[in-house]
Amino acid sequence: MNELMLEAKGVSKIFGGLTAVDQVDMKVYKGDIFGIIGPNGAGKTTFFNMCTGFYTASKGKLFFEGKDITKMSSDRIAQLGITRTFQNIKLFKYMNVLENIAVGFHINTCSNVFDAVFHTKRYKKDEEHVMQKSMEILKKLGLQDYAYMMAGKLPYGIQRKVEIARALAVNPKLILLDEPAAGMNPMETDSLMEFIRLLNKDGYTIILIEHDMKFVMNLCNNIMVLNFGKKICEGTSEVVRNDQNVKEAYFGKGLTRGIA
Amino acid sequence: MMYKMDANVKKAIMLVTVIMMCMLPHILSKSIMTIVCSIMGYLIIAGALNVINGYSGQMCFGIAGFYCVGAYTMAILMNTFHVSFWIGIIPSGLFAAIIGALIAIPTLKMKGMFMAMITIGFSEVMRLIALNWTSVTGGTMGIKGLKAPMFFGLKTSGASRYYYIYLATVLLFLFSTDRVIHSRIGRAWMAIREDDMAAKSLGISLNLYKIINFMYGAFWAGIAGALLAPYKTYIDSAYFTLDEGFNILSMVIIGGQGTLAGPFIGVTVYQFLVEGLRFAGVWRYIACAILIIAMMWLRPQGLAGNSESVLAGKKNRSRSFIKLPEVFSLDRTFGTRRLGKANIG
Ligand SMILES: Nc1ncnc2c1ncn2[C@@H]1O[C@H](COP(=O)(O)OP(=O)(O)OP(=O)(O)O)[C@@H](O)[C@H]1O
Ligand SMILES: [Mg+2]
Repeated sequence: MNELMLEAKGVSKIFGGLTAVDQVDMKVYKGDIFGIIGPNGAGKTTFFNMCTGFYTASKGKLFFEGKDITKMSSDRIAQLGITRTFQNIKLFKYMNVLENIAVGFHINTCSNVFDAVFHTKRYKKDEEHVMQKSMEILKKLGLQDYAYMMAGKLPYGIQRKVEIARALAVNPKLILLDEPAAGMNPMETDSLMEFIRLLNKDGYTIILIEHDMKFVMNLCNNIMVLNFGKKICEGTSEVVRNDQNVKEAYFGKGLTRGIA
Repeated sequence: MMYKMDANVKKAIMLVTVIMMCMLPHILSKSIMTIVCSIMGYLIIAGALNVINGYSGQMCFGIAGFYCVGAYTMAILMNTFHVSFWIGIIPSGLFAAIIGALIAIPTLKMKGMFMAMITIGFSEVMRLIALNWTSVTGGTMGIKGLKAPMFFGLKTSGASRYYYIYLATVLLFLFSTDRVIHSRIGRAWMAIREDDMAAKSLGISLNLYKIINFMYGAFWAGIAGALLAPYKTYIDSAYFTLDEGFNILSMVIIGGQGTLAGPFIGVTVYQFLVEGLRFAGVWRYIACAILIIAMMWLRPQGLAGNSESVLAGKKNRSRSFIKLPEVFSLDRTFGTRRLGKANIG
């Protein structure tokens, strides 16, 4: 078996009286494309927020490559090698695409105020690195034409791509994508699927949340289904497709069991 | 799309401007040079405040506190320890920067008005220390008998001569700040301003970069104070009131936060307004207040601000009343210029 990358052990998140995530166990291995699905409000985004340090788990523990990240701040977690995109796209709207990606290189560069003022070798090396790698990433995602456009003015589909591009700039080991295909047309969705496969081949491990079933079923080698915060099923697309609990979660008991 | 100037044209314009600035004392009368000197002083400190409020989107209302620290450090170094101005200037800035870090740390988790309140309090504390710690700061008597320094045997006293010290410092400030803004540090500041969650998700430590930001701004505010002391030959705590802090803030807001050109325009407009309306006595400050209210309403991003920026507010993004040539918005963000060199194909 591959090495374990991200592990959740009985993770819960409680907001006041609402248990948004309830005792979820999850194991993601290196090289996985792991899907998380579930009806609206199932707690998927909340679960992502805990994995990336935006929320602290109320119960349970999270491990990344064996390190306990349960209580780490999000910037520390990013430095360890997890980055994410957001369901409600969080680009730097008033910067252009290239600048957005340049910010992503923050932890892969190291110049300080002194280097910047005196344009030391380190500064020049950093800027060159940022420039060159940004271009590579832009090309990889086919975003060259948008490089100098203001990020906030682009169509949603493109914005999603830019957000992925920015996440790639961090050079993470694990990428969490929150509904990456939302707002994309079928053609864009297909090309995104291809792109995620490509990323996976390049060695990135990916966890994604998506409502587009075709997308998830085709892409993911392992799928977890959440409903009302609880994990109700986990397995390959075959397993999930045929699971009674999953059908009930999506269509209701009456419909799936044929009771009038 | 932003208007891009040819690099050489830009350099030429800059050179001509600097030469013209150097000629000013030969052209203008001494009384006008006094105003010019005060504009120069404000340029540094408004620029420093702009780094904090404009570039990383924090709310520092207490810039006068750092100004005060820098000025008193210089005055005490010169008066008590007989340190030369040229040697004392960097420590004055550094000491203000250290105080900046001490203020930044407890306010890290604060936003908006809370941070504003704390920094207002800090500014007053600094002034009150200066007013009451008589043995060190001279209390109400202030510190007298400071001398403008000699520069290789040349006297620098008087506005027409001291102007060159101000000019050099302003240029140094712009040079250094421009470079910092167009680096990884500046990018991190602006990322925090635009969306702090996204910034965190990219591994940017909010705490660290807010502290660095505060220290950088405080450093230059301290330098501005250090220049003030020997220029006036006398300082007391009355130079560093909250009013002064708000004046500086007004200049930054009028000019436009988050642009290097903003504070220039703001300071110049504000100073000429205040000087031009001198006949109206204290009533002239009402004109300034009205100007600020009008700005907040019509053009919250300031005269030089880009109408497409986080600072412009939602309402005014598409309808800015005062259209300035795009050249003023050139340095709103960092990348376009330097990153612009690359060839995408
Ligand atoms: N900060 C919060 N405070 C209180 N309740 C919250 C908070 N964040 C999420 N919730 C609640 O937790 C539940 C799960 O929300 P979450 O956003 O994780 O769902 P989701 O599975 O991502 O849904 P969707 O598919 O619509 O994105 C919802 O009922 C939501 O209202
Ligand atoms: Mg969600």
